[in-house]
Amino acid sequence: MPESTDAEKVDINELKSGGFIKQNQKDLFTVRLRVPGGRLDIDKMIKIAAVAKKYSRMGYCHLSLRQAVEIIGVHIDDFDALVKELAEFGQPVASCGPRVRVPTACGGCEYNPHGIMDTQKKALEVDEKYFGINCHHKFKMAFSGCPIDCNRTTEMDLGFQGVVEPVWEEDPCTGCTLCEKACLEGAIVAAEDGKPIFYREKCVYCGDCIKACPTDAWTAKRKGWAVRIGGKHGRHPREANDVMLFLPDEKVFDFIEQTLDWYKRNGKRGERIGTTIDRIGIEKYRKEVARPFITA
Amino acid sequence: MSENVADEKIDLRGVLCPINFVKTKLKLEMMENEQVLEVTLDDGEAMRNVPRSIKEEGHKIIKVEKLDGGYKLFIKKSQ
Repeated sequence: MPESTDAEKVDINELKSGGFIKQNQKDLFTVRLRVPGGRLDIDKMIKIAAVAKKYSRMGYCHLSLRQAVEIIGVHIDDFDALVKELAEFGQPVASCGPRVRVPTACGGCEYNPHGIMDTQKKALEVDEKYFGINCHHKFKMAFSGCPIDCNRTTEMDLGFQGVVEPVWEEDPCTGCTLCEKACLEGAIVAAEDGKPIFYREKCVYCGDCIKACPTDAWTAKRKGWAVRIGGKHGRHPREANDVMLFLPDEKVFDFIEQTLDWYKRNGKRGERIGTTIDRIGIEKYRKEVARPFITA
Repeated sequence: MSENVADEKIDLRGVLCPINFVKTKLKLEMMENEQVLEVTLDDGEAMRNVPRSIKEEGHKIIKVEKLDGGYKLFIKKSQ
């Protein structure tokens, strides 16, 4: 297919790794911006809007499923100027292709009452450390602050979801039964005297009982991350495998590094980690990566 | 002050979330510290949400009474 002289100078694959995606329109590209956790400072938003207005030849942006702002219809001749202008206020371009993508996150515990873990902070740190590392295929990570799982960690190559383990003490309990009301899982049933019977196997570790308890008879024993591996959407969706509960916050980097290393050693080119797991078995992953974190 | 006698009462049955919480909050704001407000709520969504919001505001639920299809909360105002 004939391309313009200017376009021939540019390696399309190289562009894609830099977050430039070819469009239907000749010489026009979508420019995907790097927005870890989907949080955008308002001043930055205004500056992005000004740049988009200047360079979009189609007059709009698209908000991608993975929380990126995409400027639509940027001419290939404008790439250098656009990247330079974005860099002036510290806005990098994201990536595509077979590598670690920008992590997504929910609003997290800072302002959302359901939040258990600080997803925004973690997404920023993880983006800083691992963004763009080459893999066999794309590698998507997401952080959800609680079991409502707004960021769909079950559909990610590697997903982290906040959990809190409740523990009950008899002394402060007045038998008010508010915890039974609060629990959507039927994991807490009030006995005759109103005091709770806890069915651990039904608990999803959301902490609603802790939030509802007026006397702090329910408190948080520990918080951490539920970890899921091998999920994906697309043509052949695969639900992630739950591989552990209560990964301590400070072990997240370790877990990511060991998973990427395992994927590198066991995966094949063009294969998502979920496919690798289907091919060689989740037990191998559990044994070699997850289990040491569980026993630690 | 006995825990069974409220200084103020508000019936919020039929009032949806989060308006029921907002009305509770406004009522409490007009009361003195340590006074007790009796709030009547529907079972279900209201009982899942209002108690924890009251706790987040720093007030104390001192008693819960079951009614037919609803609940009474006794809330001690804590500043």
